[in-house]
Amino acid sequence: MTEISMAQALNAALRDAVKDDDRVLIFGEDVGPLGGVFRVTDGITADFGEERCFDTPLAESGIVGFAVGMAMGGFRPVVEMQFDAFAYPAFEQITSHVAKLRNRTRGALSLPMVIRIPYAGGIGGVEHHCDSSEAYYTHTPGLRVVTPGTPQDAYDLLRDSIDSPDPVIFLEPKCRYWSKETVSFTRDGAAMDRAVVRREGKDVTLIAYGPMVATAMETAEAAKAEGWDVEVVDLRSLSPFDDETVTASVRRTGRAVVVHEAAGFGGYGAEVVARVTEQCFHQLHAPVLRVTGLDIPYPPPKLERHQLPDVDRILDTVARLQWNDEPAVAGA
Amino acid sequence: MSRETLAAALLPSPVPVRFLAEDGTRVDEHGAYTEPPSERLVEAYRLMVLGRRFDIQATALTKQGRLAVYPSSAGQEACQVASALALTEADWLFPTYRDSVALVARGLEPGEILTLLRGDAHCGYDPAETRVAPQCTPLATQTLHAAGLAHAMQRRGEEAVAFALIGDGATSEGDFHEALNFAAVFKAPVVFFVQNNGFAISVPFEKQSAAPALAYKGVGYGVRSEQVDGNDAVAVLSVLDDAVAHARAGRGPVLVEAHTYRIDAHTNADDATRYRDPAEVEKWRAADPVRRLETYLTTENLLSGEDIERFRAEAETFAAGVRDTLNADVEPDPLSLFEHVYAVPTRQLAAQRALVAAELEAVEG
Repeated sequence: MTEISMAQALNAALRDAVKDDDRVLIFGEDVGPLGGVFRVTDGITADFGEERCFDTPLAESGIVGFAVGMAMGGFRPVVEMQFDAFAYPAFEQITSHVAKLRNRTRGALSLPMVIRIPYAGGIGGVEHHCDSSEAYYTHTPGLRVVTPGTPQDAYDLLRDSIDSPDPVIFLEPKCRYWSKETVSFTRDGAAMDRAVVRREGKDVTLIAYGPMVATAMETAEAAKAEGWDVEVVDLRSLSPFDDETVTASVRRTGRAVVVHEAAGFGGYGAEVVARVTEQCFHQLHAPVLRVTGLDIPYPPPKLERHQLPDVDRILDTVARLQWNDEPAVAGA
Repeated sequence: MSRETLAAALLPSPVPVRFLAEDGTRVDEHGAYTEPPSERLVEAYRLMVLGRRFDIQATALTKQGRLAVYPSSAGQEACQVASALALTEADWLFPTYRDSVALVARGLEPGEILTLLRGDAHCGYDPAETRVAPQCTPLATQTLHAAGLAHAMQRRGEEAVAFALIGDGATSEGDFHEALNFAAVFKAPVVFFVQNNGFAISVPFEKQSAAPALAYKGVGYGVRSEQVDGNDAVAVLSVLDDAVAHARAGRGPVLVEAHTYRIDAHTNADDATRYRDPAEVEKWRAADPVRRLETYLTTENLLSGEDIERFRAEAETFAAGVRDTLNADVEPDPLSLFEHVYAVPTRQLAAQRALVAAELEAVEG
């Protein structure tokens, strides 16, 4: 088996879904012959025809609204928003209709559709190309929001998302598109809705997702030098939130740090901190801390290194967990 | 076809298509459109009488506190009824909050239509079964759904049409333009029907658009367009029949603008005297669509005094049924809040459901 990139894993997931289910259609701006600006849909039009993967006019609200109608008509659309901030014109369609149609119609109409959004920074993109918009979507009941941190999860989560009877916001971490690993195409169906312990450790839990999973893993390695045994939980599913996996980990380690790229204020990490605090208070040896992007509009490329949480910033935060005062007790 | 010829073929009639003058006499301002069969016109009249009575009843129910709000479509009966009559059961209707009378004409149960405004449920009928989308409150968003669904039906080989209703204000929204463009590019069988009733809540047409008529907006997207006198039921039915046939034949989408007027305020919560002259309302009352059709059909001996009495009696009985239905108190089940948020319920919602269930038990216990 050869290693493939996350973009290739996503491409394989789309191909397999189109092959397995006639109702699956891929559309959006540039997804046809060009194969998407990140080549995630590369070759799909050539191999499966324009009936299955096609370009649309450049209009994000149009793409999502049209997909709503297509899903009402029995298809399973998988649409691409190309870049995070380009999805904002579609926000009304997503929040007012995609998220609510099942509820509004008391189950009579469902919207099995996937909205793929390449998101977050770290690629030196110019403005409006690097937003972390997950909180807007996770704050909207009726949507499932997932984000893979590895090529294997990219394949599994996208297949699961396309099969989901509920609409899914599928956030693809752009900076991880080129990361590689050996991917198995036999799905176990366990990725959807479930967080995963990416690395076991006994002193502190790093909670990360999407683009920050790799950074958290690097941090865990670097922490060894400090004598800290770091556990990394990859959320994968931002909504619904997997309390079970997360709280089990934090109860074991007694300390937790949430890491994300998005601005911290009013951000997704606040929800994670609240839930962990509510459920693990008596096992915590320190407050649950956050390492997030700054509360600023996403900066220009030459300054983005200050925006993105890196190993040092995360290690510094881990160090603030009153480390030497009260060592964590494994299994507490 | 050259680009010039194509553009000319898309252009609306320079004046609104019309068969009937305001006094109900026949006029020849309908170009190549033909008058619908008389039994269709009589049926339209019957439903317009029913629709007007429904509208009056629903407005009265707001005053009694039975409905939270009701956006009246009084004065727009020709548009409302023709929208339903132009469609078959296989076609999909995408109505707005103001289009309850179109749903009455489509044959939906009044109690199910009014659950939205009564506050019981967002949508009281089954859209999958009735092929009527939930009445849409955000403006113009459903035009895209109609375009997408029309495309889906076309792909499946169904000879069905999607029919989207909007008002004049909604033509300023981006989704309206995106929907016209998508529908045209995909040649989707969809009819966009704009009821230009003169006001978007309080904003008059002059401040909504500088276009000579909203119907001209279709041409730029490659969408065949037409304008019609919205208070002339013969004209509206003829134009909509033609538009639906055009779409059904796979010849692409159609945009129709009806020039009409909202006799009542935006809703019962609105004071229309703050933004319009009562004289203007009176002028439009004289153009009443129900009376116009009644005069024409009576003059042509297509409708007898007996028929009129019968239809009015039917409408009275219908209104009494609406009153009875709405006067019965229905308490929606609080635990239904947690149903249909997701197809696969989340653990978080299960926990919240348990919380509300415990609260209910505490109150009842």
